[in-house]
Amino acid sequence: MFGWEFPPHITGGLGTACFGLTKGLLHQGVQVIFVVPKAYGDENQQAVRLLNASEIPVDVRTALYKDHWEDISYIEVGSNLIPYNTPEQFYDIINYTRETGKSEYDSIFSKYYEFSGKYGQNLMEEVQRYALVASTIAYKNDFDVIHAHDWLTYPAGIAAKKISGKPLIIHVHATEFDRSGENINQNVYDIERLGMEKADLIIAVSNLTRNIIIERYGIDADKVVTVHNAVEPTSRPGYSYEEKHVKEKIVTFLGRVTFQKGPDYFVEAAYKVLQKDKNVRFVMAGSGDMLNRMIRRVAQLRISKNFHFTGFLDAENVDKMFSMSDVYVMPSVSEPFGISPLEAMRSNVPVVISKQSGVSEVLKYALKIDFWDIDAMADAIYGLLHYDALSRMFIRYGKEEVDTMKWDSAAAMVKDVYIRAIQN
Amino acid sequence: MRSICFYFQVHQPFRLKTYRFFDIGKNHDYFDEFQNRYIARRVADKCYIPTNQVMLDLIKEYGSGFKISYSISGTALDQFEKYTPDVIESFRRLAETGCVEFLAETYTHSLSALKSKEEFVTQVKAQRNKIEQLFGVRPKTFRNTELIYSDHIGEMVADMGFETMLTEGAKHVLGWKSPNYMYCNAINPKLKLLLKNFQLSDDIAFRFSQRSWESWPLTTEKFVDWLNQIDQNQEVVNLFMDYETFGEHQWSETGIFDFMRALPGRVFSHSNYSFNTPSELSERMQPVAAIHVPHPISWADEERDLTAWLGNDLQDEAFDSIYAIEQKVKSTNDFDLIKEWRYLQTSDHFYYMCTKWFSDGDVHKYFNPYGSPYEAFINYMNVLSDFNIRLDNFHVTNNIQINSEVKNNVIEKEEQQTQNLIKSKTKDKVLKVETLKTITISSVLNLTDSDLKKRIKDIDAYTIAAVLNGVKNDIKVKITSVLSKAIQKEISTIDIKSINKASVDKARSIIIDSLKA
Repeated sequence: MFGWEFPPHITGGLGTACFGLTKGLLHQGVQVIFVVPKAYGDENQQAVRLLNASEIPVDVRTALYKDHWEDISYIEVGSNLIPYNTPEQFYDIINYTRETGKSEYDSIFSKYYEFSGKYGQNLMEEVQRYALVASTIAYKNDFDVIHAHDWLTYPAGIAAKKISGKPLIIHVHATEFDRSGENINQNVYDIERLGMEKADLIIAVSNLTRNIIIERYGIDADKVVTVHNAVEPTSRPGYSYEEKHVKEKIVTFLGRVTFQKGPDYFVEAAYKVLQKDKNVRFVMAGSGDMLNRMIRRVAQLRISKNFHFTGFLDAENVDKMFSMSDVYVMPSVSEPFGISPLEAMRSNVPVVISKQSGVSEVLKYALKIDFWDIDAMADAIYGLLHYDALSRMFIRYGKEEVDTMKWDSAAAMVKDVYIRAIQN
Repeated sequence: MRSICFYFQVHQPFRLKTYRFFDIGKNHDYFDEFQNRYIARRVADKCYIPTNQVMLDLIKEYGSGFKISYSISGTALDQFEKYTPDVIESFRRLAETGCVEFLAETYTHSLSALKSKEEFVTQVKAQRNKIEQLFGVRPKTFRNTELIYSDHIGEMVADMGFETMLTEGAKHVLGWKSPNYMYCNAINPKLKLLLKNFQLSDDIAFRFSQRSWESWPLTTEKFVDWLNQIDQNQEVVNLFMDYETFGEHQWSETGIFDFMRALPGRVFSHSNYSFNTPSELSERMQPVAAIHVPHPISWADEERDLTAWLGNDLQDEAFDSIYAIEQKVKSTNDFDLIKEWRYLQTSDHFYYMCTKWFSDGDVHKYFNPYGSPYEAFINYMNVLSDFNIRLDNFHVTNNIQINSEVKNNVIEKEEQQTQNLIKSKTKDKVLKVETLKTITISSVLNLTDSDLKKRIKDIDAYTIAAVLNGVKNDIKVKITSVLSKAIQKEISTIDIKSINKASVDKARSIIIDSLKA
């Protein structure tokens, strides 16, 4: 499996999904060779190293799954690939890291790491270099099926398939259309389409994504299977309400403040709610290229008394934020899946989500609206804030619903896909 | 004889610390004690102390020939008292020479003139008192925050009894006119105006160390030459600048101190200029014309308008929000709340939210503790959110009705206190001189708060209520201000009308006895 490093190192959906899925697969009796990109500081070290189970950097929660870790081979490949990247962002990050010696992605660039020219200076180069390493790994290891997560690892998957002749499954967590709207990067799109064409089977995280694959990439519908993401049961103690120091109810937006996440619709809906009820505080947590525009808009609407910005939040503060929240809103314009509402529900927060998100296909106890329909959004927020029966019901059944969404069952479906690929 | 009029601005804001959303409702410390202390100390060492020494030496050398003026904001004075008392001492020595004029401004270097006359007037009073208390001279000339001026502001300033005010010689206001004359306010011609000669002022303040400037390096010879080139009939050259120009904006290494040290000598030997303070000029000169300034001007940036502080959405929202709670804050009568609200009015907070980065972007950046105007805005609004929560809580727990009668109590009290302080300094404890016979109820005004509190702490609520019933407002305020919350509450339950004359007299004598004790 060509995946991404496990949490807690990388925040966001990809690492979390890889982790959950791997655990689930191990439970299903599948053996996994897990290959991740990671940049080493020590350039003398081999480009590829095999870690034994005890070295795998996962957090304490895995203690539960200890028995199964023997079935995993964890391979780190020297590379500075980072998930959720556009070529432009990659360039910025590399430059930023080179100039300041600091990195927002500590797990990828360990503190000894220096840019020595060993790795590709632009993303496309690095993706191809990674594929080369992958073919070596494929040559040296024994396996039945190849599983690659998101476009940066597709070329690696294709290379591995070429060497080994084993079936390739690609797992689409997001497409270029989700990341960039209509202004897609043609190179990225080409790699994605090539991966989809070369793949024997494709796993999409939602029907929404499945449709994009079929319609926008022209892939045969029979080849594309939807396996919805799941969510980790939490073992962390929930924050208590002691953390909350304001008496007003809190409505939260949490995520990158980018076009794709629809932060502007959240601001407009907040304005509508505040016309009716001043005893609400809205919080936009996260940062992104639209943040400054949002701050200006909030000031312009004269609602900053009740609308707050926190900037980027780390995991602990995300938990804290959820514990303070009374309603969680995910107004994404385009969201292949969207795991954060599940995390909110797990923390007993009722959610409002856009119909344009993959997660809306699987959730019953969530208020679903069109991202552009700010009246409906305002209405939903107001309802959850004021009609206790509604929010009580959403909290109780929502939690139950989320608890049934186990990675084990998702992994079982993935295993079926494997079997189907091998039999073909 | 022509004049050079030097005025230096001394100001430090109370900078806010990083105040996150999670702090709202929980953490009520807004000001960055460490940074404020650090900067005050740094600027004191680099600028205030050494520059004051230069000025003092010059005054010693030329006697009353060399004169200058300062405007020091209340927030700067508060910080000096807290962090760098040696700066106060050093200004005191300058004050003692008699060659230095101190100007009046708003206490917290605020933009209140644009929003609330009441707040504006109060702040000016407070700053004047502070200056008088510290330096023993009462400011007679006014300059507004950042030299902000309009016809309307000038009118308010004249109403406060000022005869002279300083402002910018903005090109778009003056047109062909020269700033080197005395002008007057368009609404109330009694208010005389001195206008900054921005060319020559900025040659020192901004361009002094700028190597790309054709006249670099600036020498006293060149500068006095330029002064001499000014038409003989023009009466005054007003050199207005931030005091931090010396040693802080222009580092000591640039030679700025040497320039200042040598300038008066060169002026005396090679020109017919003398140095005068604004109030001297005000007595001597007559306005040549009125200037019309319907829209406020300032000394900032190329535009000389308000856009460094107001105008973008962030600034307007923050500015409106802080003044929207004016009456609510004042009606609390709570010293801390009112003080913090004033500190939050300081213009610097809005300056940090400025989104234009033109020719003076460097100046903006230099003073900006925030990475971006957006961060500045978020931080400020978070603080304001918490402040609002405290304000609401205060109102709920104390059951305050907003009305104009009580709202000025604290202000009057502050005023009263400083007046008392000044009195007690000049006249030696008045009470000591008073014989026991002459003590009346109004003697309470001569006592310090803590003394009065001690004396009346055992007197019951009914007696106090009876006394309050028949005294003048200032006495009432004085007494009320030292009462405990419990007594105040008790008093509010007493029906004042039920108190008869006899018990009022009796109560008075009880209080007077306590004063004699």
